[in-house]
Amino acid sequence: MQLFKLKCDDFLERDADGNYYMPAEQQVRDEAEKTHWKEVGFTLLKDWRLYLMLVPMIIVYLLWRYMPMTELLSAFKDQNTPGAAGDSSMYDWYGLTNFDALFFGAQSSMFWAAFKNTFVIAFYGLLFGFPFPIILALFFNEVKSNITRSILQVCVYLPKFMSTVIITTLFIVLFRGPLDPTVNAEEGLGLVTQLLLAIFPNNEQLYNAATSSTGGLVMSNEYFRALYQISGIWEHGGYDSIVFFAAVIAVSPTSYEAAQIDGAGKMQQMRYVVLPSILSTVVIMLIMKVGTLLSVGYEKVYLMTSPTNYDAGRIVSTLANEWQQAGNNTMGIAAEMTNNLIGMILVIGANAIARKATDVALY
Amino acid sequence: MKRRMEISELIFKIISYAFLIIFAVMCIYPFIYAISSSFSLADAVDGGEVILWPVGFQTDAYRYVFTRNIFWISYANTLFMAFVGTLWCMLYTMMGAYALSKKRLMGRKAFNFFLVFTMWFSAGIVPMYLNYLDTGNILAGILAPGTTHGDAQYDQKWLVIIAMGMNAQNVILLRNAFEGVPAEIEEAARIDGATEMQVLFKVYIPMSKATIATVALFFGISRWNGYFWAMRMMTQQPFSWPVQVYIRNFIDLYSGLISAPGEGNEWFNQIPGNFDINTLSVMSVVYAMVICAVIPILCIYPFIQKYFAKGVNMGGVKE
Repeated sequence: MQLFKLKCDDFLERDADGNYYMPAEQQVRDEAEKTHWKEVGFTLLKDWRLYLMLVPMIIVYLLWRYMPMTELLSAFKDQNTPGAAGDSSMYDWYGLTNFDALFFGAQSSMFWAAFKNTFVIAFYGLLFGFPFPIILALFFNEVKSNITRSILQVCVYLPKFMSTVIITTLFIVLFRGPLDPTVNAEEGLGLVTQLLLAIFPNNEQLYNAATSSTGGLVMSNEYFRALYQISGIWEHGGYDSIVFFAAVIAVSPTSYEAAQIDGAGKMQQMRYVVLPSILSTVVIMLIMKVGTLLSVGYEKVYLMTSPTNYDAGRIVSTLANEWQQAGNNTMGIAAEMTNNLIGMILVIGANAIARKATDVALY
Repeated sequence: MKRRMEISELIFKIISYAFLIIFAVMCIYPFIYAISSSFSLADAVDGGEVILWPVGFQTDAYRYVFTRNIFWISYANTLFMAFVGTLWCMLYTMMGAYALSKKRLMGRKAFNFFLVFTMWFSAGIVPMYLNYLDTGNILAGILAPGTTHGDAQYDQKWLVIIAMGMNAQNVILLRNAFEGVPAEIEEAARIDGATEMQVLFKVYIPMSKATIATVALFFGISRWNGYFWAMRMMTQQPFSWPVQVYIRNFIDLYSGLISAPGEGNEWFNQIPGNFDINTLSVMSVVYAMVICAVIPILCIYPFIQKYFAKGVNMGGVKE
């Protein structure tokens, strides 16, 4: 009873007779609280159509983006559980045994090679693939005639809209090797292969890679990485320049004039006028690029690799795919999970650094 | 008063033009090469002599492609999957983006995070494969009771249409475009008694045509070009393959370009016809197929080109 009274003292007051009564402000506060929740309920009810419109998208994402994530649990399970018959929910828990096998076991060398390849391909993609569209946008800014620029842009955007199958086919064909290496090692070389051999006639390594198999340079360990990056730039470079070009043409012409009057040359104009104004766009695009760093497009890698260039071209995703096809699901899941988790940490880290450094953040 | 051009500016201009022209030529050259090679004679194609114009002339490559039924079946499959798949994706993306663009939507932040998280982290190939397999089994049970994913009675195209091709980036693009529509117009429509759906279809969609066209184009192109999952999920049904899977399979089987062709896999035996393998190279057939597969995209590309430049710039990722 004493406790109750003490509690009541907090929000009730007493009149002269010692009876409790509720002060007016408290009544108003209670009422306000009630109306607030009423309002919330009312808005929810009034906007039910809005929530209904959201439902199909949520269901689609839940079913085919979030449901697969539940399967990640089987990275910690034993897929050879007796009686489970491929049903991952019946597997026994296994602890970190799969990861132990992945990092230190018999197949660890394959995993680490694939992990290194993923990282190298992604890193080169960032190093060469990121600055290229910016340079392209700066160059487009120099073309003052609208018609000329439109024609050039139509050509440059085109590869982005072609399918990966077609792009890789054309690349393999242009860099292809001989028709039949056992008959004549120099008959039927691809056009660019011929060109490269003419430019570097004494390059032993190039000659051997080009003439060893019909797959040619793309299917060779030495040149796969370079050709993968070139095909990436060729495919995305023009299209990615759209965003940067929009930022570059947004620079006011008066800024250029002012710089010119102050005697700035072209390089100085670039350094002090253009660069500061496109910086925020560059940072945003860089964060996005870092975010996709470890999710190297597996479709293209899959299409550009064969057993002859696995040393340079096998990435974690395609390795997991192979393991899955060989019936080793849990190892594949463990490998890709490691890769994707590191990728996610990179996005969050990149975003945090960008937020600190430039006040521009994406998420 | 016109200022004289600085020497550094002139040099930069020359470099820009040279670089852009070379890069533009590089971007379209492979397609010109494919067209020329598809018309060239076998010796020139296999000997690597085709550079710009066809060397010799034959139309047998196209005759071969045109008489190959399974190629056109796969072509029709792709058209069907691209069309219905884009419609399906656009439907739920437009409705979802509209809801997300409303400031009054409760839990808007959480819903946005729900979407964006799929861009950060994906489960990976193996879990997705298992998930698609389950989906396929369920769909098979619905469309043809008693069957599973691998059976021929059920059409695997529906799995590709329904379960694949979502893209959080496109939702964000559309959401930002919808946020740009002035609220007064919506209010005016509401006073006239419009429901939520009417506001979306009669006000928002007409007012953000450029972005809608861009997003539809992105969905359509990713559908048209999709390869990997169709290849993985449709192994039992060659008659449901999209054209990309068919082309790659043709190259793998017959051309010897990537791996040596197996026994009895001579491409010219595939249809009872009279094709002269002395004048027609298998690579010419591949090029003819490639050209046939890119023609629809080349046809719509010039018309939509101006839209997507606009659409991409309007719907930046900023929030």
